[in-house]
Amino acid sequence: MTRRALISGVAVGAALLVSACSPPSSDSSSTSSSAASGAAADAKTAKSAKDLGGLEALVTAAKKEGKLNVIALPPDWANYGEVIKGFTAKYGITVNSAQPDGSSQDEINAVKSLKGTDRAPDVLDIGMAVALANTTLFAPYQTEKWADIADAQKEPTGLWVQDYGGYMSIGYDSAKVPAPTSVADLLKAEYKGKVALNGDPTQANAALNGVLMASVANGGSLDDISKGVDFFSQLKKSGSFTPVQASTATVKNGTTPVVFDWDYLQGGHVKDVPTWKVFLPENATIGGYYAQAINADAPHPAAARLWQEYLYSDEGQNLWLKGGARPVRMDAMIKAGTVDKAAAAALPEVKGTPQFPTQDQLGAAKKVLATGWAKAIS
Amino acid sequence: MGIVPFLAYVGAFLIAPTVVVVVAAFLDGEQRFTLANLTEIAQGYISRTFWSSFVISAASAVIGAVLGAVLAYVVATGNPTGAVRQAITSACGVLAQFGGVTLAFAFIATVGGAGLLTTALQNTVGVDISGNWLYELTGLVLVYSYFQIPLMVLVFLPALDGVRPQWREATETLGGTTWDYWRSVAFPILTPPFLGALLLLFANAFSAYATAAALISQGAPIVPLQIRTALTSEVLLGRENVGKALALGMIIVVAIVMALNAYLQKRASRWLR
Repeated sequence: MTRRALISGVAVGAALLVSACSPPSSDSSSTSSSAASGAAADAKTAKSAKDLGGLEALVTAAKKEGKLNVIALPPDWANYGEVIKGFTAKYGITVNSAQPDGSSQDEINAVKSLKGTDRAPDVLDIGMAVALANTTLFAPYQTEKWADIADAQKEPTGLWVQDYGGYMSIGYDSAKVPAPTSVADLLKAEYKGKVALNGDPTQANAALNGVLMASVANGGSLDDISKGVDFFSQLKKSGSFTPVQASTATVKNGTTPVVFDWDYLQGGHVKDVPTWKVFLPENATIGGYYAQAINADAPHPAAARLWQEYLYSDEGQNLWLKGGARPVRMDAMIKAGTVDKAAAAALPEVKGTPQFPTQDQLGAAKKVLATGWAKAIS
Repeated sequence: MGIVPFLAYVGAFLIAPTVVVVVAAFLDGEQRFTLANLTEIAQGYISRTFWSSFVISAASAVIGAVLGAVLAYVVATGNPTGAVRQAITSACGVLAQFGGVTLAFAFIATVGGAGLLTTALQNTVGVDISGNWLYELTGLVLVYSYFQIPLMVLVFLPALDGVRPQWREATETLGGTTWDYWRSVAFPILTPPFLGALLLLFANAFSAYATAAALISQGAPIVPLQIRTALTSEVLLGRENVGKALALGMIIVVAIVMALNAYLQKRASRWLR
């Protein structure tokens, strides 16, 4: 037995164990999916709703499957809680949400380790770096609104499509700290032990972008982020930096009164902390988009495709916008007049030209962080 | 035949995962043999995590062993059927298992930046104990001690109970003092089980993950957190097998500790049974 065969043997054993342990409800779903097997087989390879005979046929096939597995979607992230509720209300499809606080890499790990079981994730919401590294796991699909999305924001066949984005920002509780006017302000004594990142930059994409912002704000650039690492090192020395990972809970209980995070995640804190304000530093506006993809081995292929149709519909896009994220079809919707105007007006103001890091710049940044981050903040 | 279920259990949950980890530590992304995972561990920022893991495990093991041994001695010399012994041993049984996220949360809620004690001290006597010590290695040593001390009581108490009062009487009959008794009888007999318990505590802290993961979110300063980074990072991709190589390193450390422990157990069993 070769090493490879041994490993796959263990993996198969584990998969059998997992499927043997899955709840008895899988019986009922297997009978319903065998009734829909003709449509499901088509859904697996459908590259658009047309391949199945239109949106109506897709809805019918998805309803027969009745379930959708999503992963790593926190309800307070870009309003995903309402998006999931909206989808279930509209189509009567149960959404199983696993590991809400997982990372993009956790999603890929789940696709691989749960492959072939009915618990595998159907759809993924992932950072661009992870999306580009794992395209072989995705099924190509183009939603009805495909044409609205710029070519740079989608893979030509639809293996991944950017979904929503935002800008790196500093959120703060205006009742506890003075309003910062620049990133460098955070070094002052008023911010002692109060400044947090949304995670470790060597692990979380959002935190990595926080370092990028600090770099640009301190005279560095996206090509060379050492000024950003230096800034956090100073922040640590001045005592401002707290190593606590910011979350809705830490903002609510006051452990992290100043937070580097995407602007659309800051917006959600206002309902817990009414004095929460969002600050976009001038000339250091760093933007980033996440992407959607469908698992090529999705256990509910039709529901996965219908979820994409829902996310890219005006309704889905407006729900993200309501959560403070900038949906990818926003410009098209402004032109068509279908955008939620109140939600659009509530977005924080952008001063200066936003910069979007390229994959090369991100690659260089990661190398610096991998070796230098632990040292900078220890 | 009666041993089959046990062997199946050990095979599925101990041997198979170990084989997977050891094999994958020497494979690259395309399943080809490589030493790259091991050389990556040798990089400064990763090898430092082995050192700090060693330091906090050793520190919390020594603190736990010394304080736990004192507490166990108090229990052992008290009334063997008394309420104090009952209360302490059952409390230790619970607290020794009180690790993980719940324990981390208890500390965050008490002495964290916005914790109960922190705010109470600020508001009443004006003392500020906030700061980041809880989320760093110092905090880990304190939090780990919380389950290390009770664990020490549980594993060291049988050794203390094994010390016969007759040995002391024999010493006194032969004209020895209390000091002689401790130096020549009790101390030599208790040293192997004490060191064995110390090693167990070390291994316990070395492999603890959930408590540290809940407390520390920056810099992954210890090996279990470094493994998490290798497996789940959405920034540094394709390092799953580096995680397995790190796990291999942990297996080696724990294997050494367990081998030493087995040797000490053998020494101890000559007297204590």
